[in-house]
Amino acid sequence: MVMLVIKRCGFMIFTMIVVSLILFMLLETDLTGDPAARVLGQFSNAEQRELWREQHGYNQPLMLRYAKWLGNFATGDLGESIRFKGPVADVMLPRLWNTAILGFWTFAVMIPLSLILGVLSGMKEGSKLDRSISVFGILTTSVPEFASAVIFSSLLVFGLQWLPGTSSMAGGFEFKQLILPALVLIVYDFGYVARMTRASMAEVMTSQYIRTAVLKGLPYKSVIVKHALRNALIAPFTVIMLQINWLLSGVIVVEFFFAYKGFGALILEASLNNDIALLEACAMVAVCVAVTTQTIADIGYTFLNPRIRFS
Amino acid sequence: MTTSTTEMPTAGYGASFLRGLKSFTLLRESWVGMVGAFLVLFWITVAILAPYLAPFDPNSSIQPFAKPGIEATKGGGTFWLGTDHIGRDILSRIIWGSRTVLIYAPLATLSAYTLGILMGLAAGYRGGWVDDVLSRIADIILSFPVLVLYIIIIATIGASGINIIIAITFASSPGIMRIVRGLVLDLRNRDYVAAAQTRGESDWRVMLIEILPNARGPLIVDACLRLGYVIITIGVLGFLGLGLPPPDPDWGGMVNETRQMAMAFPHMTLFPCIAISTLILGFNLLADGLREISLRD
Repeated sequence: MVMLVIKRCGFMIFTMIVVSLILFMLLETDLTGDPAARVLGQFSNAEQRELWREQHGYNQPLMLRYAKWLGNFATGDLGESIRFKGPVADVMLPRLWNTAILGFWTFAVMIPLSLILGVLSGMKEGSKLDRSISVFGILTTSVPEFASAVIFSSLLVFGLQWLPGTSSMAGGFEFKQLILPALVLIVYDFGYVARMTRASMAEVMTSQYIRTAVLKGLPYKSVIVKHALRNALIAPFTVIMLQINWLLSGVIVVEFFFAYKGFGALILEASLNNDIALLEACAMVAVCVAVTTQTIADIGYTFLNPRIRFS
Repeated sequence: MTTSTTEMPTAGYGASFLRGLKSFTLLRESWVGMVGAFLVLFWITVAILAPYLAPFDPNSSIQPFAKPGIEATKGGGTFWLGTDHIGRDILSRIIWGSRTVLIYAPLATLSAYTLGILMGLAAGYRGGWVDDVLSRIADIILSFPVLVLYIIIIATIGASGINIIIAITFASSPGIMRIVRGLVLDLRNRDYVAAAQTRGESDWRVMLIEILPNARGPLIVDACLRLGYVIITIGVLGFLGLGLPPPDPDWGGMVNETRQMAMAFPHMTLFPCIAISTLILGFNLLADGLREISLRD
């Protein structure tokens, strides 16, 4: 167990270093075009570019630059954002907090909902309820986030006029503005978690100890609640942790659509404005969050599953 | 001996082709799969017949801000789904847009599958350091949130059709590799693989001719799902303004161009959204139907 934790954490650090190298190669070197041209725009002349390269230390050897860049990163100096004219950390932190709020509410509704639906359909595989839930799940995951955002907003904002159409929070935080973005994310993502829960539940339901419990005359309800659920919910734990990775993709679309001032919209803005320092920092944070949750998922799965824990 | 080894693969292909046909007739038993196949075939037909079906030129500006069902003031014809802010007929753009999506999505999926299958076969069959290296690379690429990866790739290499295919191949081949690797690990100890090895066939021949055809079941289902997902990706990239450059119609791009006017003219955004959703739904239902049938056999 301890070995596993060390191994997983080691791999996590290794991944982060490789990712930083990839980002550096892609964004800071001439591999994909002159970074000076990217920052100053295509109409800048050679002299301006040369001056910019000199000022920002781009004429130093590659390895030295990478080492410096990584060192700055590790000590928390993320550089200056060109787009927002300020330190990257100051721009990024409030945005991360906003996305955390959105993510929290999305998960708070999506997880109970998808677990309940998954367990209900996995309880009796092939039943009418099971088929309806899985077809409904396929239906909702087939509508891309931007499409469901359009459909929901034409229904709830323009049609019924229940909810505001933007979530810019211009006049301070308002919970009402959070509902639509969260709804879109929930509708798109719940189907997958429900499907995984269903598979896990269906597998448990065919196992021998459930058959024993049913045959010895325990009430169906207690078979489900006391025996089946405990084992059926181990696999969905991993899926839910990995869902954070998907959520990071989803928030980009949703935040862009509803003009929510979050982390996802920030990544997109950084990329569209060629704000290299900001894009690097955002990408590193996104990968860091993703890798950390994957590591927790792996370790947690091992810890929760007694068959692996005690062997 | 030599004749039997050269004949066997052809006989195998004929039989597997027949079996493939049979599984499509089996699809009749799953109404979910039938609905999916119908939706997919519908859009393929639309894409093929686009020049005959589209009532207007998709890129020419005719009459801006027409609501659905309005007659054109000049030249005749009806805007069944209305026109957009610069006066292009939305129905024609949706019809031509189906071509864009049904060309780029299968191409990108095919290219991702080619790379993913080659990597998965090598990793699963060779094992050892080949497997270690390829699996680590896959782990690292898969640890990126997908859309972040797309945004970085497109931001550095630029937005164009080829670059979208490159980005999708880069981001989804590791996932395919993992699936193929798992299937190969299961299949490589079978007797027919050992027989081929004893015959002295080369590694790649064993992998491509003995192992790969036997792994096709789960791969076909996955390919259907992945096609749906690639269509979502192309749509999302278009929606974020990172997709195919204008003016050629692209469903995601149509939503992006007109969403500021969605309040007053919801038809401009709503219809492309419905189009893309039904196509994705088609692939997902088809995948579900195929899976159901493959489990039953």
